[in-house]
Order: sequence, then C-alpha cells, then structure tokens
Amino acid sequence: MEGVQMNLISKDMLEKMPSMEKLRMILDSVKEGKIVVLETGLTPEEEAKLIEMTMLEIDHDKFIGIEVESYPARERTFLSRLFGKKHGRLTVIGPANRLKTLEKQEDVIKALVQM
Amino acid sequence: MGLVLALRRRFGFILKLFFKKDKMRIGIYGPPNAGKTTLANRILRDWTGDILGSPSDVPHETRRARLREGVKIEVDGKSLTIDIIDTPGLATKIDFQEFLKYGLEEEEARRRAKEATEGVIEAIKWLDDLDGVLLVMDATEDPFTQVNVTIVGNMEARKLPLLIVANKIDLPNASPARIKSAFPQHPVVPISALKGINIDSLYKAMAERFG
Repeated sequence: MEGVQMNLISKDMLEKMPSMEKLRMILDSVKEGKIVVLETGLTPEEEAKLIEMTMLEIDHDKFIGIEVESYPARERTFLSRLFGKKHGRLTVIGPANRLKTLEKQEDVIKALVQM
Repeated sequence: MGLVLALRRRFGFILKLFFKKDKMRIGIYGPPNAGKTTLANRILRDWTGDILGSPSDVPHETRRARLREGVKIEVDGKSLTIDIIDTPGLATKIDFQEFLKYGLEEEEARRRAKEATEGVIEAIKWLDDLDGVLLVMDATEDPFTQVNVTIVGNMEARKLPLLIVANKIDLPNASPARIKSAFPQHPVVPISALKGINIDSLYKAMAERFG
C-alpha cells in the first residue's frame, strides 16, 4: 500500500525527551517525508528553535522547509505563568512540499497532505 | 549559561519593573511582505527624516537585520527613545522557485533563498536581545500563520511587551478585526504604513506599551 507515513507521538513520550532530541527526531522524520503529529506540541522556544534548525538544513533542492500546524496556546493562570513551562497544543509537522494548510482557526485546523 | 538565560527569560520581567531602561530595543517582526521595512521607514522618516532600507514586492527583500539607534518619539508630552531593529521576514520554508515567479534568474533566486534562510536565523537570534516587539501582520491575509503564533508565543514566554500592527488597511479586503479576534490578549493597531493612515495611533500605543 502506498501512502504517507504518519508518526503520532504521545504526550508521555514528548515529556521524557530533552528539547534537542525532540527537535532532531521531528526534523529527521520530516526530512524523510513523514508527517509528525505531537499530542502536546512544542513550547514557543522549541518552535523558534525548530525554525532555526530547519533553516540550517534547507538544501534548496530536496528539502525546502517544513509546514507546521498548531493552535495558539491557551491563556494560563498566574501560578502556571510564573513557574510552569508553556506547552503548545496538538501540532502537525510535515515537509513543506507535502503538507499544506487550508484553513486555520482557533480550534480547527484543515490541512492537505499530498501523496 | 543556559540556566542564566532561562532565569533571565522567566523572571526578567520582575527586574524590568524596578529597573526601567532609558532606551528600549524594539524589533519589527512578521512574515515576509507584511510591510516591516515600510513601517521602519515610516517611523524613521517621521522622527529622524531618514529611512532604513528599500521595501520590495519580492519576498525576503530584507535578508539582514538592520538597526537604527536612538530614535526619539514624542506623543502627548510623553517621550520614548528606542533602537529599531528591522528584521528579515520569518518563515518555516524557503523555496527558490518562488523567486523565479518574480523574474529572477535561477542563480540569483538560489542566492536569495540561501541568504533568506540566514536572515530567518538572525531574526530568531535577535529575540534574546529585545525589550519589545512590533509584530506586523498583513491585514488582508489569514493571521493564524505559524510564524505569527510562534512570535506571539515567544513574546509571552519572555514576558516582553508586544504590539500587533495590522498593516495594509488601505487595501479593500483588509480585516483588522480578524487579527483582533485571533489574538485577543494583545493590543492591535490598524494602520497603513505605506499611506501613513492611523500612524499617530500607533505612536501613542508605542509610547503606552514601551514607554
């Protein structure tokens, strides 16, 4: 059967992984043409780091970058703002030439995956 | 070093309450072609009589961050001195083929794409050295882009003041209301940097937010 491989990564696994290991795993999978779905997403700092790492790996032929689909983070309480780590919500990441955003709203993301 | 940076990010806002800076370093951020350089030029023309760079219809025209120090803005008796950093447009993908559509030769398009990737990295690195951000969004486009979500998230995580600029309101299909509803937790100022529409409201909001 032909198709696009999707890796669905659980919150538990993401929480155990150091940031760099997480980002390396995402980028390696996406460069292989896979779609990665993260149950809890990335922190804003990790998102920025992922963009930075992506820019370093663009080769202008086979890999032109990534498409990231995530919802804006929810408002947090005062205590979680002060001490908590900010985590994103469900996030889909794929190669820019395969994954395309159709529509994004606060709680709905519509995307197209090209075979 | 990483711990110091993490502590600075998390608790820096408390220090800022007690030790106010004489001069704020404000980054102009946003996706390519949102009008960042046009806005930087508008601010500089209004307050220094100068400009920072040339805007263009071709995406990623600004591929190096440009800094102008000591721009003094005066609104309603309030004075604000800022350093302005016009940053390259942030993106998650850069395809040299996109530039071919604008009539660039392949070699030039590839060079531009390579420089654009370096520019994105530079813009991200600047986030660690800022006191506030003007996030420029094209009011005719969907505001829920990953770039916008990432910048807003990073400003919130760093506890830095953020002002969203809904640019290009001179265009018929502009909708600043869509931006306001997408990011209700942040102030949004609708302007046209090109035509200067509502620019005084932006200066007032900057004096309140960054002053």
